Amino acid sequence: MAAIIEVRDVVKRFDGVTAVDHISFAVPEGVVFGFLGPNGAGKTTTIKMLTTVLTPSEGWLRVAGHDPVKEPMLVRRAFGIVFQDPSLDGELTAAENMELHGVLYRVPRAERRERVEALLRFVGLWERRDDYVKRFSGGMRRRLEIARALQHRPRILFLDEPTAGLDPQTRNQTWEFIRGLCRDEQVTVFFTTHYMEEAERVADQIAVIDDGRIVARGTAAALRQETGGRTLEDAFIALTGHSIREADAAPIDRMRRMRQVWLGRR
Amino acid sequence: MARPPVNAVFILWLRQLKLYFRSRARMIGALGQPTLFLLALGFGLGPTFARAGRGDYVQFLAPGIVTMGILFTAVFSGIGIIWDRHFGFLKETLVAPVSRFEIVLGRTLGSATVAMIQGSIVFLVCLAAGFRPAQPLLLPVALLFMALIAIMCTAIGTAVGSVLQDMQGFPLIMNFIVLPLFFFSSALYPVPDRPEAMRLAVRLNPLSYGVDGLRGALNGGFGFGVATDFAVLGALAAILLALGAYLFSKIEV
Repeated sequence: MAAIIEVRDVVKRFDGVTAVDHISFAVPEGVVFGFLGPNGAGKTTTIKMLTTVLTPSEGWLRVAGHDPVKEPMLVRRAFGIVFQDPSLDGELTAAENMELHGVLYRVPRAERRERVEALLRFVGLWERRDDYVKRFSGGMRRRLEIARALQHRPRILFLDEPTAGLDPQTRNQTWEFIRGLCRDEQVTVFFTTHYMEEAERVADQIAVIDDGRIVARGTAAALRQETGGRTLEDAFIALTGHSIREADAAPIDRMRRMRQVWLGRR
Repeated sequence: MARPPVNAVFILWLRQLKLYFRSRARMIGALGQPTLFLLALGFGLGPTFARAGRGDYVQFLAPGIVTMGILFTAVFSGIGIIWDRHFGFLKETLVAPVSRFEIVLGRTLGSATVAMIQGSIVFLVCLAAGFRPAQPLLLPVALLFMALIAIMCTAIGTAVGSVLQDMQGFPLIMNFIVLPLFFFSSALYPVPDRPEAMRLAVRLNPLSYGVDGLRGALNGGFGFGVATDFAVLGALAAILLALGAYLFSKIEV
């Protein structure tokens, strides 16, 4: 199958620090692709480059056939994204969050209504559509974000640690929604996670990034075989080592902490 | 396919209004300060002002207090960008297939509208306190000045909110932007003749032209001239709007 995401020799430097160092990989259309790596390995930086938020320092990128640097609007129309941090407006209702997204993505009004109802029903939030999002639990918010990201019928869904901070039940349920929706709508899924058993279960293909470089690619079974690990977690440790990564706290980390202070942990 | 960008601008404008009407606490809280200033200063300094031969102080003060209501609401509404950064909503708009200019325009017009509404409520409070506009026919002119003040102050908020990373800078904004703009304007007192530095500060403060325009339209007699007021405010609103839009376009998430 043709590649929907292509990355060739991409480099991203921040003030002399190389966050992503000559990475290359391709994601075939229709697969669930797991992008794994320790903290600070370059996962989020890569997603940001693919989603037009950051410009690569070097290299060649194609997302749904378009260059994210030169044709950002065409690329943006082609993907939906669920960020690592919540990105809903808590002061708006679920339906209003959906409507705002639909208008920003220019989904025609009639189609918008139909999509919003179908998606909210699928993720079990239709009855709660007129409730403020600030009253939703972490799992409900995630479901709403997934429904929202798929509203404009994207070809790719990016998920940056979609299940971080959720309990196992909610995690499983969240993945059921993701897989159910993406199978029905033939959406390619590109996700990151720290839960290896999750990646093992849902990913058709995996790439492991460490220190800004791709250190392994293949199916979970192939990675286990290659490293002689019993589980993907063993393989992951074998590939990326035991040391714990200490990254400087970026402003976003400080904000995350502050939000926890204000809103309580989610 | 290529529809005009009005929809994105409109929905973001509407969002600002919804946020305003949904947080009554903030609405009432923001009303407290101007009301306090109006009552304490208006009636406290009133007799002294009258004895100095300057007439009715509440009458003089009211346009300044309306300006204050707009200034505070507008700047802090503009700074709402920081909140959206904290609570993540900003990212949702920044990866949407709309230009940053549409986003910043929708937000700024929304916040400016909110500030106008807040200013109008303060105006009603002034009426309740005994303020009487001398020229009711010039009310549309007064509204025009209120709109210009609102846009200018929101643009300041947008610019500051785009640069600051978190709310730690809040006292900085309050003490080095909002309060100086207010205190060194002609909101509370007529432009002083001396000391020279003070006269200059008030004359160079863009807010003074907003107060002057509003006071002229409501009470009669433009100190700087209505054309000057209009030109200064219009030009500054445009420049600050451009600056705010530019700084907003540089935000990285």
